[in-house]
Amino acid sequence: MDWTALFLSLRLAGWTVVILLPVSVLAGRCLAYRRFRGKGLVEALVMLPLVLPPTVFGFYLLVAFGRNSPAGDLWQGLFGQQLVFSFQGLVVASVIFNLPFAIQPAQRGFESVAADIRDAAACCGMSPLASLWKVELPLAWPGLMTAMVLTFAHTLGEFGIVLMVGGSIPGETRTIAIAIYDRVQAFDGRSAAIMSAVLVAISLFTISLTFWLSARVGRKLS
Amino acid sequence: MALEVMARAREPIPLDVAFRVEAGELLALVGHSGSGKTTILRSIAGLWRPDRARVTVGGTSWLDTSIGVNLPPHRRRVGIVFQNYALFPHMTAARNVIAAMDIPDRVEATRLLDLVNLHGLADRKPAQLSGGQQQRVAVARALARRPQALLLDEPFSAVDRATRERLHAEIIALRAHLSMPVVLVTHDVNEAQLLADRMVVIEKGQMIGSGTTAEVMADPDALRAMGVRELAALLPATLAEQLPDGLSRLEVATGSLFLPTVDAAPGTRVRVRIMAHEVILARTRPEGLSAQNILEGRVARIVPGAGPGVIVHVAVGRDEIVARITRRAAEQLSLQPGDSVHAILKTMSVARDHVARARLHPPGTAPSMP
Repeated sequence: MDWTALFLSLRLAGWTVVILLPVSVLAGRCLAYRRFRGKGLVEALVMLPLVLPPTVFGFYLLVAFGRNSPAGDLWQGLFGQQLVFSFQGLVVASVIFNLPFAIQPAQRGFESVAADIRDAAACCGMSPLASLWKVELPLAWPGLMTAMVLTFAHTLGEFGIVLMVGGSIPGETRTIAIAIYDRVQAFDGRSAAIMSAVLVAISLFTISLTFWLSARVGRKLS
Repeated sequence: MALEVMARAREPIPLDVAFRVEAGELLALVGHSGSGKTTILRSIAGLWRPDRARVTVGGTSWLDTSIGVNLPPHRRRVGIVFQNYALFPHMTAARNVIAAMDIPDRVEATRLLDLVNLHGLADRKPAQLSGGQQQRVAVARALARRPQALLLDEPFSAVDRATRERLHAEIIALRAHLSMPVVLVTHDVNEAQLLADRMVVIEKGQMIGSGTTAEVMADPDALRAMGVRELAALLPATLAEQLPDGLSRLEVATGSLFLPTVDAAPGTRVRVRIMAHEVILARTRPEGLSAQNILEGRVARIVPGAGPGVIVHVAVGRDEIVARITRRAAEQLSLQPGDSVHAILKTMSVARDHVARARLHPPGTAPSMP
């Protein structure tokens, strides 16, 4: 059992969720309530990571973050280390490939808040920020929670992009999914089986938690 | 603190209206669905901006496109009751009311909920309340904003008839506590006539008629827009007694009216909406007739209609009822202004929700809200 890899995966998933929560609130709300030119294109772009093979996506990220790329140079200049094959690089990649899992359910959550409820909030004297905090977030919360759980679970399981962008550096970029692959390559079936089982248990637990919490929220509202 | 509204727009519907509502006055915007009346209400609240518009309250501009003033809804002191109430589903009744306050005040919330006859339901969620109770919470929430203008968007359309009748009575009673201008949007002429002081009739975004409810009822253009079958008079009456056979006897200037049970104590002053097409006129007092209500009156004036009908205004004491009869009938009776006539009305032709209590305070004299 590679505990380092497990904790690395949990840390990666945690950071991804922390960064994507505000992103999904802003982007999901905007896509749910606003109408603007090119909205369809934006929605398509957000969905793109769902349909592209992870290797293709990982390849482009590798090129975009790599040495001599503008993003890679900027990162190198700011933090003195390269973005690819580092934990930070993994976080950035993870945030990007989880966009559809975070934004889509958040958008659905905000769409579930009827327009006249938002109008009522404004006419009750609530500023847009107060309306978001007191009315929209409590009502869109099941969607946001689904978004965060999906992001968390999906990050734990991601393999292709992690391998492309991060490689398999122990303690830096070797996640539990990569560790399982390594163990299988090394004919260590027992370790692979234990780690796979742990991953199944964690994923099942997080997903059950969502269902349980949404049912509770559903009961509270009716 | 009068509310003045001017709005013009081409999209999404052509709109051209201008009206003024005095403090304490209730103005009904009447029109069919799609006529633009809700759009006008939304412009007052700041939820929609017409191309050219001016909305002022007590001289302060909320919206003036000519000088680029446009306060967002949360900076306008407006209370609004939406058609489907739009209560916050995750909050209790009390918290819905508190949500509209500048400073949360649980005691004040309870007082407002009591004012709209919701005792002991403060901790219920909207889903646990009936339609009528939800409407009352919405009214209390609108008042909690301490609004300078109260806007009611078809607030009675989502409840059953019996509940609507009760809510009408409650709004009439509540008006003693309202000192701000009130705008009621409705497609129901009965509702407008019973509840409003003045009416504005809207058709395709244009003002077809405006004035006191009696003036609008006498305006042929407004009548055409509302539908001539809506023509009716409001006759003041006093409830005299409840009869054992399930009828109520009311006294009017020149006699008695027998109506289906009017739910009030003897002595209560009410107004009865008498539909013009239900009234029969006779030269002499008829006999052997099943109709229970025969009122003596005098022809005040005769207004020819566009079609085969004429409208006869009959003075009953100092009040008036209107009868819509055919031109042919008027000629056969050779009715002339000043003639004495008998107006005949079937008891069953007055619907229960066409009777409303008289207002306690005429417009302008309402005491201010505590």
